[in-house]
Amino acid sequence: MHELAICEAMLQQAVGIARAHGGRVKRINLRVGPLAGVEAHLLRAAFPLAAAGTVCEGAVLVIETPAVRVECQICGVASYVKPNRLLCGACGAWRVALLTGDEMRIESLELFETETANV
Amino acid sequence: MCKVCGCVSESGHVKVAGAILHTETGRQIEVVQALLGENDRQAEHNRAHFNAAGVLVVNLMSSPGAGKTSLLEATIQAVHGRLRIAVIEGDLETENDARRIRGAGAQAVQITTGSACHLDAGMVHAALHTLALRDIDVLFIENVGNLVCPASFDLGQHRNVVLLSVTEGDDKPEKYPVMFRAANLLLVSKTDLTEAVGDFQTLRALRHFRHLANPAPMLEISARKGDGMAAWIEWLMAERARCRPAKVARAGE
Repeated sequence: MHELAICEAMLQQAVGIARAHGGRVKRINLRVGPLAGVEAHLLRAAFPLAAAGTVCEGAVLVIETPAVRVECQICGVASYVKPNRLLCGACGAWRVALLTGDEMRIESLELFETETANV
Repeated sequence: MCKVCGCVSESGHVKVAGAILHTETGRQIEVVQALLGENDRQAEHNRAHFNAAGVLVVNLMSSPGAGKTSLLEATIQAVHGRLRIAVIEGDLETENDARRIRGAGAQAVQITTGSACHLDAGMVHAALHTLALRDIDVLFIENVGNLVCPASFDLGQHRNVVLLSVTEGDDKPEKYPVMFRAANLLLVSKTDLTEAVGDFQTLRALRHFRHLANPAPMLEISARKGDGMAAWIEWLMAERARCRPAKVARAGE
């Protein structure tokens, strides 16, 4: 259960960004791929605990999960695959490059407009 | 025209870190930062320390009881006089593993994580400052026995070695794709028990491993009997040699 640690790390960044722009956080948009090693539902469960008492308290956590997509290094075809079966959909080769699916990042934050920015 | 804030400029809405969109109810700040950005920064800092000292750092990961500590004991004895080894030990509780490593004749620092299921770059940073890095050729970080959490945290290592013992089942790579995708070397351990276990097939394990598109080598090893130790040490020496020129180049910069 490392999602609490990851949630705390994410909040640390979100709080820093919110401070820099001035304002409370309304919504946090994340992108977490199936190959990131992070369970979205555990991250969601950890969020209210980790966010309590911060400018992120009460914010909505939105987690977008991209599909796993690979590009074959033999035949060049791109295909959608299962996270534990990274094989080319066309020729079956395992020599593929991951195009999407291991992302683990904050995409954006939405802040309430009520407070003025610290410039 | 932008549907969000009504401005006519499209160029103002490209995804640049820190770009601000005005939505109907507030401001949206484009961020695009790694979730573990702070850990990643700390890991890069650790790596800079290791590179400056010319130390090859290997992050050893596996499920509990796959034979990480036994492998390290056998390795320390096998490279005695050729490579100077040190070990950072990660466990939830006890100093037992660090004691075993010291008993085998190497420096060891124990990190007890309490209930934490993985090491992070900050813990490794605190530990590395208790080691004389200049007197070390290879530093092993024996991660907490766990095939899930340690895979997500960069520690500043150069290589990941993942152990898979024959008593665990050959489909582990299929069950834990994130961990096995991170491996730079797959070590099938406890091969002296293969016959007793009966249904572990190395080729099947390798097939599951390749299905993760991982081209890393696989070696079979028995730390207890010594089988496969020579090839493992050879891999270690080659990685160590590969680490060297980087250090020389860095020193000359």
